[in-house]
Amino acid sequence: MKTVIIKYNAGNIQSVLFALNRIGIEAIVTDSPEDIISADKVIFPGVGEASTAMQYLQSRQLDQLIISLKQPVLGICLGMQLMCKHSEENNTNCLGIFDTPVAKFSNENTALKIPQIGWNQIVDLKTALFKGVSENAYMYFVHGYYAGLSEHTIAKASYGLLYSAALHKDNFYGVQFHPEKSATIGEQIIQNFIQL
Amino acid sequence: MLAKRIIPCLDIKNGRTVKGVNFEQIRDAGDPVELASIYAQEGADELVFLDISATNEKRKTLSVLVNQIAHHINIPFTVGGGIASVEDVQVLLNSGADKISINTSAFKNPSLINQLALEFGTQCVVLAIDTKKEADGNWYVYLNGGTIKTNRLCLDWAKEAVNRGAGEILLTSMNNDGTKQGFALDITGQLSAQLSVPVIASGGAGSMQDFADVFDIAKADAALAASIFHFKEIGVPELKQYLFNKGIPIRL
Repeated sequence: MKTVIIKYNAGNIQSVLFALNRIGIEAIVTDSPEDIISADKVIFPGVGEASTAMQYLQSRQLDQLIISLKQPVLGICLGMQLMCKHSEENNTNCLGIFDTPVAKFSNENTALKIPQIGWNQIVDLKTALFKGVSENAYMYFVHGYYAGLSEHTIAKASYGLLYSAALHKDNFYGVQFHPEKSATIGEQIIQNFIQL
Repeated sequence: MLAKRIIPCLDIKNGRTVKGVNFEQIRDAGDPVELASIYAQEGADELVFLDISATNEKRKTLSVLVNQIAHHINIPFTVGGGIASVEDVQVLLNSGADKISINTSAFKNPSLINQLALEFGTQCVVLAIDTKKEADGNWYVYLNGGTIKTNRLCLDWAKEAVNRGAGEILLTSMNNDGTKQGFALDITGQLSAQLSVPVIASGGAGSMQDFADVFDIAKADAALAASIFHFKEIGVPELKQYLFNKGIPIRL
């Protein structure tokens, strides 16, 4: 089993690596196309800003590489949003794996704090990614932009509105929350992904 | 629904926890990693590590400790204490911290908040404010661990900091800190109502009812405490069950 974490200019790469290590999985952090293509599982993390991240990926042709992957790929937070079609964050065209737009949370008519920071519940859980995870389980979220609901939605969360807490299409999975920071239940989701 | 957060705070000096702790299951009461692991297992939602050491070796010792914590803890954590530059923050985030908190350095050099938000994102910039209500009825900002008074009003500074890119405010009331008489509901409530970012209330927790009040009345997003957790006057699991039973959104 070879697990790689895609190395790019994103913030939480170390945290994801440590979480894998905690559950006994060795992983390498790399931007080498050969290493990524030959991996059994690919994790695409991300904390940061969409347009800067996309420019970085494009400058290294990692954008084309990611969409061509055939093994299970897990995008986390910004990684998931970059797998969508377009983000309102600096009007950025993204990878287009999920035909789902990413919009900014609005607090025009509410007292919502933005970004959302903290533990929120996930519901309507689908696919083996959530095996052993209860409906209404709490996950740790940090984000100001969200992917709307779509045919790809495999988990929902509510913050002023219902949105996609996770997405799935073919071999691609994305989670808006941070499983690497979501206590033992988050580690269960990482374990589930590794066992896909 | 987004849960209210319970945050134990650990004071660190030269890589060790400072205050005595009253945990029977702990082998080394001075080991921050072991104490933090217990809190994470007990259901703490986040942890804050406040470094109060003042040696030249501080930065290196702290980054080593942060790295150990990041390896072992599966919940988010914030590191604060004497952070004064983009480089300081870079080292701590690279070592595995999720957020950093800044206080005096940001007050003296407010553009630091802008720089950090631009470089690392607002989500990892926590602005800590120590505040005290004076005889004139106003809450003022204090610096250097509460030893130096300023003429700046707490709410004004908090608003400026949020405009500059602070992603959360960690508010400590010096009037309440250590009293165990409850959180400062008035200033916490003012900040919660008027800021667009989460407010973490700190200082004064003595009973489980105090936590319920700071969430229900002052609308705080999170509550931080140290000694009542360390000395097991209140356990994190019983506190969270109590708040849950009161209908407050809590992660159990």
